[in-house]
Amino acid sequence: MNRTINVSVNGKRHTHEVEPRLLLIHYLREVIGLTGTHMGCETSLCGACTVEVDGKAVKSCTMFAVQADGTEVLTVEGLAAPDGKLHPIQEAFWNEHALQCGFCTPGMIMVSKQILERNPDPTDAEIREGLDGNLCRCTGYQHIVNAVRTAAKAGV
Amino acid sequence: MIANSFEYSSPATLAEALGLIADGAKPLSGGMSLIPMMKLRLASPEHLVDLARLPELNYIREEHGELHIGAAATHHDVENAPLTRGKCPLLAETAAHIGDIQVRNRGTIGGSVAHADPAADYPAALQALEAKIVLRSASGERTVSTADFFIDTFTTALEPGEIVVEVIVPVEPGLTGTSYQKCLQPASGFAIVGVAARVRRDGDNFGPVQIGITGLTGTSYRATAVENALTGKPATEETIRAAAAHAADGVDANSDLHASAEYRASLAVSYTARAIRSALSRSA
Repeated sequence: MNRTINVSVNGKRHTHEVEPRLLLIHYLREVIGLTGTHMGCETSLCGACTVEVDGKAVKSCTMFAVQADGTEVLTVEGLAAPDGKLHPIQEAFWNEHALQCGFCTPGMIMVSKQILERNPDPTDAEIREGLDGNLCRCTGYQHIVNAVRTAAKAGV
Repeated sequence: MIANSFEYSSPATLAEALGLIADGAKPLSGGMSLIPMMKLRLASPEHLVDLARLPELNYIREEHGELHIGAAATHHDVENAPLTRGKCPLLAETAAHIGDIQVRNRGTIGGSVAHADPAADYPAALQALEAKIVLRSASGERTVSTADFFIDTFTTALEPGEIVVEVIVPVEPGLTGTSYQKCLQPASGFAIVGVAARVRRDGDNFGPVQIGITGLTGTSYRATAVENALTGKPATEETIRAAAAHAADGVDANSDLHASAEYRASLAVSYTARAIRSALSRSA
């Protein structure tokens, strides 16, 4: 039986009738049309699908959209300012060349935001521990760690 | 990967949730194990009842020298709450080893213990802490010991219609040292072997010691042979090595592509020694 859900995504309210088995990532990408969040492994290992739900980073491939009813969801599209000015973490990923193919980047940026919110001045080891749930198959991670450190210095 | 169709309920009260579960609905908490199983169609519940949103299950509080942790407390909550960090550091340390940030943000202690994955982290600590698990159904509530709760792989003392509503752990006496040492499978983050130790000193000797082990066999267990080989003996490296050698005594060790039974048993001995050493160094 379909359920009506009310979700705020990047500050905009949405009401939809959805099947309970619809995953949050499919809701974001296919119902709302926000394709910045990427589906990678589909098995909650790679973290490419990371978004925030009520301020907590989650893997949107391992959550049903109905579980997000009444919550505030933030995706990578919601980070930049309305005038297009990039979020400091996005700026840091750009400046530090923290991506090659870019597939993992939305998830990396979303989890980096959580890392820095909880620990504004992390050590490299703490950054690597924080990135534990996100896989990158291109960079070898060093430039991603550099980007998180740079964003921390910028005072995210 | 799309799960089979199901009905979803998000009741406002625990009583209402228990009523639906009594009628055959399956409880959903953080979903970190159940949802992947549903996507793989290893599980196809017809009706899910969401427990994660029930305020009645979401708390960590101290009562009469014990910490009461609601089943819907997330691993992140257990890892970071001042009460657990300050008064039951073994449980907070263990929670920090589970999965990754995103998993700890969603996964709950009640869901984890009810799932009873043989490689889960919490059971080692709960065994060592002699934790109590509170179970409730529409017809009543009962409390079981950790030792009685975990029966075998994915098998617990839960009866049909019952859910885990609370985990009770002791407020750690100040002089006790605790530690959780884990050999993890790097891709999944699950424990190949995990050992939780609580150590008290008695002068230059070991006082009471509790050791809980996860990952080695079908379910977590208390390594009583190790405990007995420590208590009353000099707190030395020699004692630790001799005692830890008994970590896998009488245990039918699991074998899989990550570790053979023989290697797992050897890891259990090494990680038991590490956990005792670390806990001893934190005791006073």
